[in-house]
Amino acid sequence: MSTLANAGSTNGTSHAFALDGEDVPFEPGDTILQAARRAGRYIPHLCWHPDFHPQGSCRVCTVKIKGRPGSACTMHAADGQKVESDTDELNAERKMLLQMLFVEGNHFCPSCEKSGNCLLQATAYEMNMEGVLFDEFYPRRPIDASHADVMIDFNRCILCELCVRASHDIDGKDVFAIAGHGIGTHLVVNSVSGKLVDTDMELTDRAATICPVGAILPKRRGFVIPIGERRYDPQTAADPDTQEAS
Amino acid sequence: MAAVPDLQSSSGSASLESGFVGALLLRAGHDPHALVQILREAQARHTWLSRDLLGYIAGALGLTLAHVEGVATFYRFLHTKPAGEYRVLFSDNITDRMQGNATLLDDLCRRLGVERGQMREDGRVSVDFCSCTGLCDQGPSLLINHHQVVTRLDAGRVAQLAALIESRVPAVQWPAHWFRVDDHVRRADVLLGTTLIPGAAMAAALARGVPGLFDEMNRSSLRGRGGAGFVTGMKWQLCRDAPGSEHYIVCNADEGEPGTFKDRVLLTRHPDMVFEGMTIGALAIGARRGMLYLRGEYRYLLESLLDVLQRRRDAHLLGESILGHTGFDFDIDIHVGAGAYVCGEESSLIESLEGKRGTPRIRPPFPAEHGYRQQPTVVDNVETLCAAAHVALQGGAWWSAIGTPKSTGTSLHSVSGDCERPGIYEYPLGTSVDRILEDCGARDTQAVQVGGPSGKCLSAIEFGHRIAFEDVPSAGAFMVFDRSRDMFEVARNYAGFFAEESCGFCTPCRVGTALVVKSMDKLAAGRGSRHDVDLLSDIDRLMHGTTHCGLGGSACNALHDTIVKFRPAYERRLKSLEFEPAFDLDAEVEAGRRVTGQDDDTATQRESAA
Repeated sequence: MSTLANAGSTNGTSHAFALDGEDVPFEPGDTILQAARRAGRYIPHLCWHPDFHPQGSCRVCTVKIKGRPGSACTMHAADGQKVESDTDELNAERKMLLQMLFVEGNHFCPSCEKSGNCLLQATAYEMNMEGVLFDEFYPRRPIDASHADVMIDFNRCILCELCVRASHDIDGKDVFAIAGHGIGTHLVVNSVSGKLVDTDMELTDRAATICPVGAILPKRRGFVIPIGERRYDPQTAADPDTQEAS
Repeated sequence: MAAVPDLQSSSGSASLESGFVGALLLRAGHDPHALVQILREAQARHTWLSRDLLGYIAGALGLTLAHVEGVATFYRFLHTKPAGEYRVLFSDNITDRMQGNATLLDDLCRRLGVERGQMREDGRVSVDFCSCTGLCDQGPSLLINHHQVVTRLDAGRVAQLAALIESRVPAVQWPAHWFRVDDHVRRADVLLGTTLIPGAAMAAALARGVPGLFDEMNRSSLRGRGGAGFVTGMKWQLCRDAPGSEHYIVCNADEGEPGTFKDRVLLTRHPDMVFEGMTIGALAIGARRGMLYLRGEYRYLLESLLDVLQRRRDAHLLGESILGHTGFDFDIDIHVGAGAYVCGEESSLIESLEGKRGTPRIRPPFPAEHGYRQQPTVVDNVETLCAAAHVALQGGAWWSAIGTPKSTGTSLHSVSGDCERPGIYEYPLGTSVDRILEDCGARDTQAVQVGGPSGKCLSAIEFGHRIAFEDVPSAGAFMVFDRSRDMFEVARNYAGFFAEESCGFCTPCRVGTALVVKSMDKLAAGRGSRHDVDLLSDIDRLMHGTTHCGLGGSACNALHDTIVKFRPAYERRLKSLEFEPAFDLDAEVEAGRRVTGQDDDTATQRESAA
């Protein structure tokens, strides 16, 4: 991946598109989000992470080009393109997508160890979300605390599939997969018992720390970092260095 | 004798390996791309897919158990829990509803002593609804063991059916006339009215040569009939020009749009025309292999289609050196779906062909460049391929002289609902809705849903519109509703369909379709307010702009149209114009009232006092 210094210039030709009126340099092959992120610009996102191939499922990074919507994480940047992102209309849509994620699972921030480090929560603050708007689904999702070092609280899973990608691409273990369909879509664990204890998952795996919400957490770390000193206490999801939870 | 129920199915892997599934895997060459077909056939044998079985298949194909579990739980017709020796699924399109399917389902459940959606304790039977099975012109219908269809259900047939299941008579021995599927061709034009001699269109195409064939295709201006309306000749050209080690042509026979059954009739009456169109397409793009993706609901057509393929091989219309042309080698496989509407979307269909969950791919790249196994692939609708065969034979000018300049040729309409003569009507494109209504014997019509739930709902003042790409486009469904129908219930049925069929990949469709159902149920229960109707409109707007694929984008079309055009159907259900909670406060606090003996309005704010 190119660094900020040489981004936007290949063989002396520089490329740029306009994000909300300001130029963003890009390399051929970059997606809009990739280039914007590298330039320190903020397009809200949950399922995208610079270390992984894009997935395009959370839709929070939806932007508009010539009035046509699309996900910034999957659309390629093009010279002279005018991309709208930080508009009232798109931010209202993002807020509604976040509200959908909040009511789909069981997200109780005050009792969640991830609170303050959580990208869902931090993005909701960025989008000025003050309530969930919809009636909650309150699904019943048992916790998997079988593993010695890592626990899964499926209540908080937002189906970003970052753990699926991390376990496949980096750890080479394929501990996770997605099952079901529709509102019943859910994360599954690859073992005969379906429990994490029967996999080769380890605390040092990338998949153990990639979760942007509190679904996959290392055990025995509760409140090691006090509230007030967490990632999104001094900083925000819009800041260049904290656009992802880890 | 019926298949022995294999409810525990904890048979060890050794017996699996030596048994049916082992043979199945061997026949598939242990190719993970065949996973959906393997799971389908394994289930047909074992009635459901136990975790042991999934684990065995995963191991044999070099896949993880979680991956195989993910695939098996994606498709509606695959069961990872025991579902009974007899699996009975009632088609639940709005037209089936109008024909009384719900009462018949209740009756069958009562007779069998089974709860809908639950397997009876003895493992004999389960009964449930499923999405439209494409038999709207002869419903209500049901699907038995994901294989046979029973049409024209009535109380008598249901009573007999219950008795046959109780006495364990295998479905193949049920009265043959129950399985009769009529074509109901009411109006034939060039496609349905012309008999093509097998091989004639191919011979014409070979005589023209590939450039000549493309000339005719371009002259015809034929556009795809599956919904998107892309110019077929251009799609073929893009695919032909795309580099790849192989090129593939796929016939999309996953006719899942509720109210659509024209492809079923083409596959029944004109299978040669379909395969001929595929072979001509193969010649154009340079494909050696083609696949027909047959929706699971049309499984009953498989054997006859396989027979036609064999006949065509015997006649040198498939196989090596087709019609004596050295180097023109092409053959066709049939892939049977397993219940997933989203697989009608071409990139989901390709994922499914590759044995995966039918999640739409990120596009671009489009299948014409990166399709099946990442190779250039053309995916065409059944009707499009039939039209292409005619264009190859009779020329592009002949085709483009029919219809309108922007919408050439004819198209097939699956007419169902409130009319005297439901069935298939073929008209030149540009035919008005009025004309079709008159021909099918519709009276006192309130609305027509054109193109299915993802299409457009037209009210009476719009019946002068024409079915054409430039006016009201259609993928073939034409559902008629007279003035006795409640358009809110129509929209609610469609909402349930989209929630059931959402693939679950992207947030707005996965959660949005479920929220729409919740809101519609709340309105139906008489607990809604204007706030709920406004919220439905907000969800509709969101889904139009943010979903990953077209399914999500169009999932609220009928909702939108009915709110705009039939608003009183919603408003007469509103409890108030202000906010109303989704729950009944009185009911919720009733237990507390009983326990405490308190019944004062101030403590619990009885609704009547509010």
